[in-house]
Amino acid sequence: MHPMFKTGLTAIAISVLAFTSAEAKVEGDTITLGSAISLSGKYSSNGVDTQNGYNLAVKVINEAGGVKVDGKSYKLKVDYYDDESTPARTAQLVERLVNQDGVQFVLGPYSSPTTIAAAPIIEKYKIPMIEAEGASRALFNKGYRYLFAVLSTSEQYLASAVALAAEMAEKNGKKPSDVRVAMVFENDAFSLDVRAGVVEDMAKFGMQTVIDDKMPADLSDISATLTKVKALKPDLLVISGHNKGAVTAARQIKELQVDVPMIAMTHCEGAKIVSQFGPSADGYLCPTQWAETLSYEDKYFGSAGDFDKLFKSTYEGYKNVPYQSAQAAAAVIVWKEAFEHANSFDPEKVRDAIASTDMTTFYGPIKFSEAGNNIAKPMVLRQVQDGQFNVVAPLKWASHSIVWPRVAK
Amino acid sequence: MLDNLILLTKVPVLNIQLLLDGLFIGAIFVLAAYGLALVWGVMNVKNLAQGEFVIMGGYFAWHLSTYGIHPILGMPIVCAIMFVFGWLLYITIIKWVITRDLFTSLLATFGIALVVQQALNLAYGPEVRTAASGFTTRSFFNGMVTIAEIKFVSFLLCIVLAAVVIIFMKRSRMGQAIRATAQDARAARVMGIDTERVYAFTYALNAAICGAAGVLISMIWVIQPFYGVVHSIRAFVIVTAAGLGNLPGVIIAGLGLGVAEQYSGFVLGAQFQQATVVGLLVVVLVWRQIQLSRHRQVVE
Repeated sequence: MHPMFKTGLTAIAISVLAFTSAEAKVEGDTITLGSAISLSGKYSSNGVDTQNGYNLAVKVINEAGGVKVDGKSYKLKVDYYDDESTPARTAQLVERLVNQDGVQFVLGPYSSPTTIAAAPIIEKYKIPMIEAEGASRALFNKGYRYLFAVLSTSEQYLASAVALAAEMAEKNGKKPSDVRVAMVFENDAFSLDVRAGVVEDMAKFGMQTVIDDKMPADLSDISATLTKVKALKPDLLVISGHNKGAVTAARQIKELQVDVPMIAMTHCEGAKIVSQFGPSADGYLCPTQWAETLSYEDKYFGSAGDFDKLFKSTYEGYKNVPYQSAQAAAAVIVWKEAFEHANSFDPEKVRDAIASTDMTTFYGPIKFSEAGNNIAKPMVLRQVQDGQFNVVAPLKWASHSIVWPRVAK
Repeated sequence: MLDNLILLTKVPVLNIQLLLDGLFIGAIFVLAAYGLALVWGVMNVKNLAQGEFVIMGGYFAWHLSTYGIHPILGMPIVCAIMFVFGWLLYITIIKWVITRDLFTSLLATFGIALVVQQALNLAYGPEVRTAASGFTTRSFFNGMVTIAEIKFVSFLLCIVLAAVVIIFMKRSRMGQAIRATAQDARAARVMGIDTERVYAFTYALNAAICGAAGVLISMIWVIQPFYGVVHSIRAFVIVTAAGLGNLPGVIIAGLGLGVAEQYSGFVLGAQFQQATVVGLLVVVLVWRQIQLSRHRQVVE
């Protein structure tokens, strides 16, 4: 091939690429959102839940007439890449979405570590990202301008359990400062965030720490810590260690017959503690971002219960709808409203429209702080009662009252 | 830390709980470690996929339990599958690296570990699984000491399995051939032992033993495709501390490790359990070095 011809070809290729990338964000009547999501690797099951949430919202919005900008209707579409559950890959793929595919509007990946990897990229290109699955504090203390999260942050996960323990103490004629707390947390970023929230709230009430242990790295055995719990008899036991830590804790609390009046633990649903450990899981308090029994509503999905039904009829194999899917759908709704509010596809204008979001969805109210996290939606606490997850706190949304003290079964 | 020690002396019955928990779980460590000692001693292969074999056995037991087969009854089936799997691995991979240097066999077994992890992840997904044993828990001393029956049963099973393996190694023809090969492979070949077959059998036997350990782990702890590595580490620590071909040593080191983990978890906090494992290894190695140098001085 002649060198001149070669150069010419390259020039054409580059200009074609440049042209398509400038146009790819909105082509014809389609707005393309991009996401690097975990479809394989260790986060794959939650990654697929998230993708299903995104896709369902896109479908519902498109069927209802799409997004109206400047008097014209646009359809939404999401381009996905599989990040293999590896943060380094997420960063590469987000870069690729923006740089090569010309995507100007990004939906978040699944998990905090991958979102943490994606954030600097979108910040670099000044492209807004609405994420639904990264709750780590590390995302909201770096001054990011283009990152928005619809979910509650991780330090809120178990903080409500501390408030509830204080309430129960007062009801029973004790002072909140008499409450003795045992903490067992995995030694990772997420769980330590959860712990930070608990410690902060404990300080507010002046509660005492009797145990403050971290789980071993493989999360297989916390019986030594639970033996301590039995000896010291705290009023509240808080546990967080993802699904594996939850399974280990539920199993060993049962085996060691640990009898604590209040046990609060993250990841109860993910760990399937009810189906695996039956009645012994009764009484556990489990935080959740969302529950289908809440009375939130919007014009896209109707109530939380309606979303639950629609999701189950659309996707096979779901007995319960994971909150990961619900918040993913909510993120897409925020995009839709932001486009319409901005009435433009200029990333900067759309960013400002997202920042001024103040709305209610089937997933809960959404309003972003300066740091980009959702400050309007509270974390909900559910208690396992006869094998059912019933909302017991905050009181405004409670469908059942709390069973206290928990009886070891 | 100090208050935890005081607690142990104030409520001495807690010691019983920690000791029992440690011994019960230590027995399972012994199984996986013994398999490693075999492969290491006989074939000089440091099998980094040891933990993955354990997890694999656990998944098979869990899988069988979904068909209504109790994991303990499923154990012979799991062992048989793992035995065949080990044999196949030997023929396809291990055979070609066994005569190479240390790094080749380390890399090869590390590769096997990665492939097994991902295959389990593809087949079963990344969720945490646990097989139901259906046993209950007994409590003693006003509920201060509880023993999950499954832990006790698995302790007994470990003893039986270990006994079977020991008798097999001592009495059977294959066992004798394995021991002969371990002593001197060349001499064994001269005597007419098919060392290739011995190697294949040893590797397969190791996989089967790990499978049995996995069955027990799936009922006592939890299994997940990516958590094999901690089982590998424990097996390496036990074998390194006990020395190759030292079965009583492996048993003592395994049980001791189980108890040490429980005590360090109680006194220092559960996050130090694994640090204790590695810390103990360092202590044992230093101590052994001192002994050796003394021995050398005597010889000189």
